Amino acid sequence: MAIQVSNSDVTVMSKTQTSKPQAERQAYLNGLLATAQAAVPADLPFTTLRKQAAAIAQEHGFPDTRQEDWRFTNLAPMLSVSFQPSTVTPEVDAETLAAIALPEVTHRLVFVNGQFSASLSQLDALPEGLIVGNLAHLYSGTFTSKFDDCLGQSAGNHDVFASLNTVGFQDAAILWVPSNQVIAAPIQLVFLSIAGDGAATLSQPRCLVVAESGSAITLVEDFYGSDSKAHFTNSVTEIWVEDNAQVNHVRLQREGSGTFHIGKTAVTQGCDSRYTCTPITTGAQLSRHNLEVTQTGPQTETTLQGLSAIAGTQLADTHSIIAFNHPHGTANQRHKCIVDDRAHAVFNGKMWVPRNAQQTNASQLNRNLLLSDKGRIDTKPELDIVADNVKCAHGATISQLDADEVFYLQSRGISGEQAQQLLIYGFAMEIIDAIPLPSLRETLTQVITAWTR
Amino acid sequence: MINENSDIILSVQNLHATVDGTEILKGINLEVKAGEIHAIMGLNGSGKSTFSKVLAGHPDYEVTAGQIIFKGQDIADLEPHDRATAGIFLAFQYPLAIPGVSNRDFLRVAFNAHRKAKGEEELDVFDFDDLIEEKLDVVKMDASFLDRSVNEGFSGGEKKRNEILQMALLEPTLAILDETDSGLDIDALKTVAGGVNQLANPTNAVVMITHYQRLLNYIVPDFVHVVADGRIITTGGKELAERLETEGYEDLLAAHQTEKQVEVAA
Repeated sequence: MAIQVSNSDVTVMSKTQTSKPQAERQAYLNGLLATAQAAVPADLPFTTLRKQAAAIAQEHGFPDTRQEDWRFTNLAPMLSVSFQPSTVTPEVDAETLAAIALPEVTHRLVFVNGQFSASLSQLDALPEGLIVGNLAHLYSGTFTSKFDDCLGQSAGNHDVFASLNTVGFQDAAILWVPSNQVIAAPIQLVFLSIAGDGAATLSQPRCLVVAESGSAITLVEDFYGSDSKAHFTNSVTEIWVEDNAQVNHVRLQREGSGTFHIGKTAVTQGCDSRYTCTPITTGAQLSRHNLEVTQTGPQTETTLQGLSAIAGTQLADTHSIIAFNHPHGTANQRHKCIVDDRAHAVFNGKMWVPRNAQQTNASQLNRNLLLSDKGRIDTKPELDIVADNVKCAHGATISQLDADEVFYLQSRGISGEQAQQLLIYGFAMEIIDAIPLPSLRETLTQVITAWTR
Repeated sequence: MINENSDIILSVQNLHATVDGTEILKGINLEVKAGEIHAIMGLNGSGKSTFSKVLAGHPDYEVTAGQIIFKGQDIADLEPHDRATAGIFLAFQYPLAIPGVSNRDFLRVAFNAHRKAKGEEELDVFDFDDLIEEKLDVVKMDASFLDRSVNEGFSGGEKKRNEILQMALLEPTLAILDETDSGLDIDALKTVAGGVNQLANPTNAVVMITHYQRLLNYIVPDFVHVVADGRIITTGGKELAERLETEGYEDLLAAHQTEKQVEVAA
């Protein structure tokens, strides 16, 4: 099923989507790979892994809109910008620090343009056995082989941008929860994007989360920036949810208005594990979130509940894949988009249910609220079912604010403008309410309440 | 309660209104004084619900002639929310659900909009909670209703009770109840009617729009008006409703038709 709703400008848009010649895209990718390779620190060689990744990136090439997976997200504007890793660690202002502060959090890792900042991180009194730190610091001694087994090994890790990250990541956030440990306080991983004074910056945040069997953790991943200058964040987060473990993952993408953000979340779920992801997208000029969940054992539970709220000329693309391969898996996905002005939201949700995945119970719903005449939404919920004993449902809706609902609120004395705000708020709250941190719910509620038309 | 000396709350004069170019109201005249309860009855399509929506200012309806004077002010140019804060309340026939917005938040925002319009300070969350819990008694609602999304998953009776709760909170000068009785079982009807009776007083007025005489056993009207073809064709006391219940609308409408023909002939 594919639904496309767009405005009268659709012809104009498709004209601007003409692809640049392939040679130019190839040269651009080569440039990115060379830049990434040059940035590799000597103490994190990962020679084989990085070499393989470079080959995979070359094989895929730089995407263009003729590829089905990139049909609605045109990366051509990137081609005219030359991104370089930032060489200096920029100052982080007080405003940024206030924006990322979450009172519920006692352990926090902060990376600035992909580089670890010990001074901004907060790691006092870690529970016994829990590892929270940066790879460059941890990668030594007996632990090394454990990293090698996980880093870059996720099934959903092999597209061009994830490979580009593997080729050049300079450090990584590591969160390792030992078996049967239940960590009550949420852990926050912050990736700040700060454009320097010079060339457009490239940062490649990398993150590895391992929740060993029977453990439980809540993780807040926060991609934050406030610059309007060109910046490219290319992130990869690998999450291993081992047997009967539980990971509750909130992913915030609130980058600056000049940022291109391409992020991969690759999740591997063992038997009886529970994984919940709440991706919230409000930032960047162009963003793509590739969320891929692979089931490696029976009876997994996967909950994806996302919200993209965009305006101006922003584009927010969410591509999710849930790949079942065992019986009794459950997946529940809801993704909501609020689109104002000339913004463009893309949703593509795949669920693969092969023959092995009997008794799968999966539902997927994409709901879109279109607030302007010029906004655009492309949505494509997809079910690929081979197993014959499953329960799967999917759907997509696109609506505008309901005039009768506005009148109902007005008839109670609420002004038309406030009525619209209340309805937008109601639309978003279903997702925001699912966030386990009260302070973050409060912040996002304010963002949505301030949504002006 | 009829008191000749009461203030006139609502005066509707020769009101004509259209929706999508079709004329629905064709000259309604109605005067409502403080303390009075009016019932407006009529068949489906007679224009009674349209009348209620026009009074509340629904944007789909266009007033093409006539006047609506509320508390001495012509409200033709007032937005729906300004009419509401001026004291007009419409209890909807089909109250809308607002998913994601809790009843408590909705009621507080509405209440504070009224306070603001009156130049009063807004109530904070805690003071408002005290106030609303008091009002719940009027419609015998459980406090758990406040934390559910507005009307979402409510039964028919719960939705109508929620309308009366809003009326209890906003204390309108003129409450228009659009088929508040339809779809209610007898217990819910009694609760809703009890709430309305408790709220009616010598300074406000109620206009009930209904199909059925049943409601009028519980909320006794001072006047009953019968609407047909966009006009009030006859007005009487509560005995008129009883007559309609036993004899039906046919005789009355037939008599009206004859009158019209006589008018045309003359």
